[in-house]
Amino acid sequence: MAHTMTKRESETALEATGAVVALDFGKAWDYAPAPESPDHVHIDPRYGLFIGGRWVTPRSGRFFQTINPSTEEVLSEVADANAQDVDDAVKAAREAYDTYWSRMRGADRAKYIFRIARAIQEKARELAIVESMDGGKPIKESRDIDLPLAAAHFFYHAGWADKLDYAFHGRRVRSLGVAGQIIPWNFPLLMAAWKIAPALACGNTVVLKPAETTPLTALLLAKIIEEAELPPGVVNIVTGGGETGAALASHPDVNKVAFTGSTSVGKRIQRAIAGTHKRLSLELGGKAANIVFADAPIDQAVDGIVNGIYFNQGHVCCAGSRLLVEESVHDTIVKKLRDRMATLRMGSPLDKNTDVGAINSKAQLARIQELVAAGEEEGCERYSAPCPLPSKGYWFPPTFFTGASMSSRIAREEIFGPVLTILTFRTPDEAVEKANNTSYGLSAGVWTDKGAKIFYMATKLKAGVIWGNTFNKFDPTSPFGGYKESGFGREGGRQGLAAYLEVE
Amino acid sequence: MVASHAVSTLEHRSDIGETDEVLESDDLAGPPPQEQPLFKAGAPRRGGVGSMYALFAPPAVDAVALEERAASLGKRSLKGETKLAGLRLAIAMMDLTTLEGKDTPGKVSQLCQKARTPLSNDPSVGPCAAICVYPNHVVTAKARLAGSTVKVASVATAFPSGQSPLDIKLADTRRAVDFGADEIDMVIDRGAMLVGDFSKVFDEIAATKEACGPAHLKVILETGELGSYDVIRKASELAIAAGADFIKTSTGKIQPAATPPVTLLMLEVIRDHYYASGRRIGMKPAGGVRTAKQALHYLVLVKETLGDAWLTPDLFRFGASALLNDVLMQLEKQRTGNYQAADDFSKD
Amino acid sequence: MEKKETSGRATRELERDDASESARGASAVDSTRAGDALRMKPYDSAKVDARVRVNKAYKMFVGGAFVRSESGRYFQVKGAPREADLGTEADADVDADPDTVNVPRGSRKDVRDAVLAAKTAWTGWAKRTAYNRGQILYRLAEVMESRRPELTKSLVRGGETLTAATSQVDASIDRVVFYAGFADKFFALLASSNPVAGPHFNFSVPEPMGTIGVIAPDRPALLGLVSTVLPVIAGGNTCVALAGERDPRTSVVWSECIATSDMPAGVVNILTGHAKELAIHFAKHREVAGMDAWMVDPDLRKAVESEGADSVKRVTTHVPMDADAWADERKAQGLGWIERFLETKTIWHPLGL
Repeated sequence: MAHTMTKRESETALEATGAVVALDFGKAWDYAPAPESPDHVHIDPRYGLFIGGRWVTPRSGRFFQTINPSTEEVLSEVADANAQDVDDAVKAAREAYDTYWSRMRGADRAKYIFRIARAIQEKARELAIVESMDGGKPIKESRDIDLPLAAAHFFYHAGWADKLDYAFHGRRVRSLGVAGQIIPWNFPLLMAAWKIAPALACGNTVVLKPAETTPLTALLLAKIIEEAELPPGVVNIVTGGGETGAALASHPDVNKVAFTGSTSVGKRIQRAIAGTHKRLSLELGGKAANIVFADAPIDQAVDGIVNGIYFNQGHVCCAGSRLLVEESVHDTIVKKLRDRMATLRMGSPLDKNTDVGAINSKAQLARIQELVAAGEEEGCERYSAPCPLPSKGYWFPPTFFTGASMSSRIAREEIFGPVLTILTFRTPDEAVEKANNTSYGLSAGVWTDKGAKIFYMATKLKAGVIWGNTFNKFDPTSPFGGYKESGFGREGGRQGLAAYLEVE
Repeated sequence: MVASHAVSTLEHRSDIGETDEVLESDDLAGPPPQEQPLFKAGAPRRGGVGSMYALFAPPAVDAVALEERAASLGKRSLKGETKLAGLRLAIAMMDLTTLEGKDTPGKVSQLCQKARTPLSNDPSVGPCAAICVYPNHVVTAKARLAGSTVKVASVATAFPSGQSPLDIKLADTRRAVDFGADEIDMVIDRGAMLVGDFSKVFDEIAATKEACGPAHLKVILETGELGSYDVIRKASELAIAAGADFIKTSTGKIQPAATPPVTLLMLEVIRDHYYASGRRIGMKPAGGVRTAKQALHYLVLVKETLGDAWLTPDLFRFGASALLNDVLMQLEKQRTGNYQAADDFSKD
Repeated sequence: MEKKETSGRATRELERDDASESARGASAVDSTRAGDALRMKPYDSAKVDARVRVNKAYKMFVGGAFVRSESGRYFQVKGAPREADLGTEADADVDADPDTVNVPRGSRKDVRDAVLAAKTAWTGWAKRTAYNRGQILYRLAEVMESRRPELTKSLVRGGETLTAATSQVDASIDRVVFYAGFADKFFALLASSNPVAGPHFNFSVPEPMGTIGVIAPDRPALLGLVSTVLPVIAGGNTCVALAGERDPRTSVVWSECIATSDMPAGVVNILTGHAKELAIHFAKHREVAGMDAWMVDPDLRKAVESEGADSVKRVTTHVPMDADAWADERKAQGLGWIERFLETKTIWHPLGL
């Protein structure tokens, strides 16, 4: 029995009282600006490449600018590594692997990784601020999520380094060699941690390429690695764009490629390394269903919906971008969602009260705008939160569409922005069918108070991570990764180690 | 049959064993037991009020997500004017409370003075919304607050346990109102709530509301005794459906008392009720709110759950005794830029 | 069906792309005949009283049914020469088979049909309890045991010595038993409860991927097929396997074991044909979640890996191992073989009142 307010009940109640029922989230007690001060932060005007334990000028001789997407101000210049630079980095990593890292006791590898974890905690504030400046994400997210999790990933994996023999029930393991790692711009430092920490723990050396639009925190991490006195060449950071990434993935002396990013690029990499015996792990796109049943904890589900799609401006591969709501509570959910969205604060990523920051880049903004326009053209009804958009920088307000169908582009394509597509279902099996009706399979959410239903749904949903009555939760002990075209291999947990080991 | 049960209009017999017992008793000669539905809370009793949940099966509450949301709202950064305005608002929303066995007219009088002018050197601060006392001190308080806007709230209904017969509770209420109380803070029968005798809880609230006459009714759920958020949600809805003007977390005698997640949950019930009926119910966290920082956290909960309309003493109160001085200290700190010393503020 | 213009002229090719062509080409011409007297192929008249044997039509196994290729194509497989080292009993059995048999040459559309059958069967197969799957696999071992002579005979006809054939059949049956007993155990070895830093219960469980394509090694014909198919289905996947080309008949005999066991239709589908032609169609089929391909040709392995990328397929390719390695329990069976085609699903749930 549906127990939440239906539209008709609501209207009847209104007629009875004659009251105007609308919550007003105005300026009765508005929050003053609360900017996190960047005074303490030092960003160099120009960064070279971190290869073989040294900061070097790129052989390419080229640098590119990295900007603050909330202001379009230039933050720094970073090196644009070419194939020769990548080759240098791989050679350094190979040398480090062969001569010391692969031969070092696990317990000693562990201590280096613990050092990195500690240094990240010590420099957390600085790193969080730079993350928000370079990527546009709200400081409260970089401060409370990205940074603690990045440190936790190093801390967790450090402890594995001398326990790998226990990890696979006595099956013998050995490291792979040089890992080439390519990471995205949505969680720049955290993704570097997800990649570097397990690779080092398992005895591999690393060449990491951060995303073109967000290289700064990876470069600050390189400084931490330098200060932690890791042997030279164990971790090498090469900045650049798609060509740099391609050079790294296709380098013949790379034993392992790990990529997080779009499905289309992931497919290109998989194709490129065919026939090379390189190990590959891919963490790609998603179009996750967030399923809300009528018997859900409704108010918490609404919070979960907001967290699912507006967290990090929706730049999240596992974002709950398709809301599947049981038809009987559709109107209630939409009403509550609108009121909840009215309290979302969009603005300077460095303001501690900002909930929604800037879109990461001009190109991503254009992509979001294109798909939103497609949604409108397909006749879906759009609602955007009434946030004023700053005049400079790249911004898109939290938005949802109702009246969409499974065939709508906005229900099928990954938007990677703060745009939610709302669909309805009538029975649990219909929800399962719609949730699985995608070529992706990274994550899914289920909201219901009925335990048996959670497990039924969790079993039926074809996705690597199922959040029951929660969403967008991450932990280094918890394996993360997709089914189908969302990629293969896991990151985190015991299972994640397999991506960096040869297991007999 | 026990006397207190006989008072309830909603007593029902649900199993054979009890019926057998009745057949053997003197009740055999009396009127046949009335057909009673299992649940009687909700719309039918009050014409549309509480009509969201026709079968009284309110939505479930997820504890972890609720607590996360409440905690996340505690991270709002309140600076400068925002902080000052929030502190002033908190003072204006305060029900300055003394509920002790050792309460005397002298103590109550001093508290009334504090409520009227919290800062002796700055009449622009305050007054508080109300003082909250036992019925025996209502007359004193009323006299001491004459000519001010400060209301007198009295606890009643066998506070704090509520474990007395309904007629006693109603008499308690009527006497407090007769003494001049503007507001009645009643307690629900938590035992009845926990055994699922929702009818008894509902009827006692409804009867107390009637006994209040013109006085406003705040219904204390004593959330610290209810065991889970689901029961708190249920009790909140029962109280609102039965006629509460305010719902209030705690007596202050039980730990935990008010917490941000409990308060957020009750605000959400108030929101659902508002969506369904257009009627605005007030909220009062009580007990455990001791610092200005906590008070501001609660104001953020209100602002982002119910919006501007509830940011008024008419719809939000703090039940507290120790809170006021910390708020005053922070207010002075904010105004002067210097950290304050505790003894700079009167302790009444 | 792909039609092809034919000249009507006979060929000696063992392989024909079109059944109708082969029908028309039935009257082969002996070029040495001109000018000579009639010469008939010798025939032992004493055989006139002997029972005429019933030849077996070898078919592919798709959706629980034995089918020819939808293309109508076939290829011919010759029996091994009857070597002196064959035992008399086996020799007599071997005699019962014609020198040359026609084996269906599976096509792209046969791959499609088999994948559909496997996909359809998957829902039911994955839904069965692990205990039940284990029992069904054990039943297969029982049926294979009772058909040991037939499997052995087929391997001998495929060119194995009797000793090698016998030990291969034994190893194959034991391998099925190994996986039958693993069906309800790998789960506990791969699953985990993860101590996340928060009020959540978090656990990871292995789950089958769906339909897996297997390109079985040419040799050993039975053990190679059994060793690659069994871990796939023990994990809860369904399977489309392309049997090795050198002795596809044994794969058909094994299909008959499967058909007479309790295996639900479509869980195992076995095609015969050429890896060089078909492997790529496995790789391109988007419903195939993963592939285990044992192929000598490096270009073919590369092509399969490359084409699989279009659906982010879990492709593993291997250079085929030698026969000894396939017989080695440490090298050719184990948890890793099952794990290869399992996903990890991680489930979070709050702990709260």
